[in-house]
Amino acid sequence: MSLNSGAAHPNDSFADIDRQLRRSNLTTALRRLTGNGFLYFIMVVLALIFMIPLLWMFTTSLKTRQEIFVWPPTWLPDVPQWGNYADAFAKYPLARFMFNSAVLVMINALGEVISVPLIAYAFARLRFPGKRILFIMMLSTMMIPGQIKLIPLFSMFSRLGLVGTYWPLVLPSFFGNPFFIFLMVQYMRTIPRDLDEAARIDGAGTWTILYRIILPLSLPAVTVMLVFTFLWTWNDFISPLIYLSDFNSYPISVGLAFFQGRYSVEWNMFMAATLISIIPVLVLYFFAQRHLIGGISTLGLKG
Amino acid sequence: MLASWRRLSPMARREALEAYLALSPWLFGFVVFTAIPIGVSIFLSFTQWTIVEQPTWIGADNYVRMFTRDPLFWQALKVTGLFVLISLPLKLVLGLALALLLNNRLPGMNFFRTVFYIPAVISGVAVSLMWMWLLQPDTGVVNTLLDAVGVKGPNWFWDKDWALPSVALMSVWKVGGSAIIYLAGLQNIPAQLYEAAEIDGAGKWGRFWRITIPLLTPTIFFQLIIEMIDSFKIFTEAFVITQGGPLKSTYFYMLYFYEEAFRNFNMGYASALALFLTLIILATTIFINYTSKRWVYYESE
Repeated sequence: MSLNSGAAHPNDSFADIDRQLRRSNLTTALRRLTGNGFLYFIMVVLALIFMIPLLWMFTTSLKTRQEIFVWPPTWLPDVPQWGNYADAFAKYPLARFMFNSAVLVMINALGEVISVPLIAYAFARLRFPGKRILFIMMLSTMMIPGQIKLIPLFSMFSRLGLVGTYWPLVLPSFFGNPFFIFLMVQYMRTIPRDLDEAARIDGAGTWTILYRIILPLSLPAVTVMLVFTFLWTWNDFISPLIYLSDFNSYPISVGLAFFQGRYSVEWNMFMAATLISIIPVLVLYFFAQRHLIGGISTLGLKG
Repeated sequence: MLASWRRLSPMARREALEAYLALSPWLFGFVVFTAIPIGVSIFLSFTQWTIVEQPTWIGADNYVRMFTRDPLFWQALKVTGLFVLISLPLKLVLGLALALLLNNRLPGMNFFRTVFYIPAVISGVAVSLMWMWLLQPDTGVVNTLLDAVGVKGPNWFWDKDWALPSVALMSVWKVGGSAIIYLAGLQNIPAQLYEAAEIDGAGKWGRFWRITIPLLTPTIFFQLIIEMIDSFKIFTEAFVITQGGPLKSTYFYMLYFYEEAFRNFNMGYASALALFLTLIILATTIFINYTSKRWVYYESE
């Protein structure tokens, strides 16, 4: 034996050493893992419990109509019915609803990008009488529950003949959302003042400083704002419910809620439609997680 | 303000003018979308108005009706209050527990953080539809799992005694949202404090009660207020799943408000309802704020 191993090819012994090294890394990793094994066990079980609803929605969306009402229910469909997704698109105006939501997201995002940095710049950088009072007023509007404004705003938009259009759903964002203004003010305050002063000495005016220096440096805050605008607009329910009446103009949130009454037994199709509706949000979440979580932990903004 | 204006140098005046120009969208929005609507809302709450004709001033009649002749108002108030009392402690305690688990600095925790936060980004409508399917009495996955361990599951949303707890349980699924806020608070606690306490011989529980909880009270305070306001405003879940039933057992305040305002067009009465809810939220906030002096710890103290 010993002779045999001694006579082994040099390459083999290198492979052996390499294997041994890997094994020892593995054992230390394993030891570390089992030390916290109980914790990991709890985390995995909890994660499963949290994900079962989504997984169940997914497997339901792949079942046939017979399979969804079988008792006892089966976990997986016999043959995954990927066609359900195509059927969901064909049967419900899902594409239309999602397009409507996307339009609302884009107009709101445009409004916020135009208004918020401008307003925040005044609070963060410019000196003017009444600044403290106005800033406190702006902050206090964040505390006012929105429902008290619903009826007067509805009657105002109704007098203007704008009920049934997208105007009530997008117009307010062109006048600045106080949460985003506050976020942007906080961010702009962290940008060194030397930058603006140097630019001012070089002859740059107020607006040049904002759009050439401050705004480009505030892009992280702008990103957080855009992510939340997407999330809030996509998920908003009560405003489109109140203002829109034409089925074809519904955004996905309201459209989805109305399927329920119309096709209440086709749960497989229904779960496919619901899953499709949350895919844009999930994609956004996976790509912008850092910005989202940053916004939540600094401001306590809710998802 | 005019006096201080005169004292400004020409350059400062120019800067102030530019500032007001930059602020003008917000100033306009504040007046048109916030200040006027609040004023109008208070006025409307003293009128009878069905949107087609002019509002008629009826004094405090709407409020008298609310408190003396409207069983639906009391039902909505009771159901909403119960929901706040059930869901608020659940969310606060479970959110903290989850955050404590996630605060262990171990490989893979970012993955778990991602998983637990997913429910918080999904729309209320999608979540409601999903849970409606999960909690089906016969074919739902929850009752199937309960069946497997020998428990007969209830009829959830379709039982007058279980509908409200079902909505509360469903809202717990989104607890990852508050866990992330707690986590930010936990990560701000200086590690030296724990080290010092360990040297002094404090055990795990001692450290939790004497360091973690006191230093986390500002976060708990913040969450308490935010979640309280959110719970009072619950609407989408009831609108989508139960429509307030069965037997008005989930007839939440905002649902009643919505039906009065936008189905029956009793705009005057609905304004009174909205104003009263705002006052409840305001009073609760002030009360929590008042008690906070006793239990919220600020480092500057």
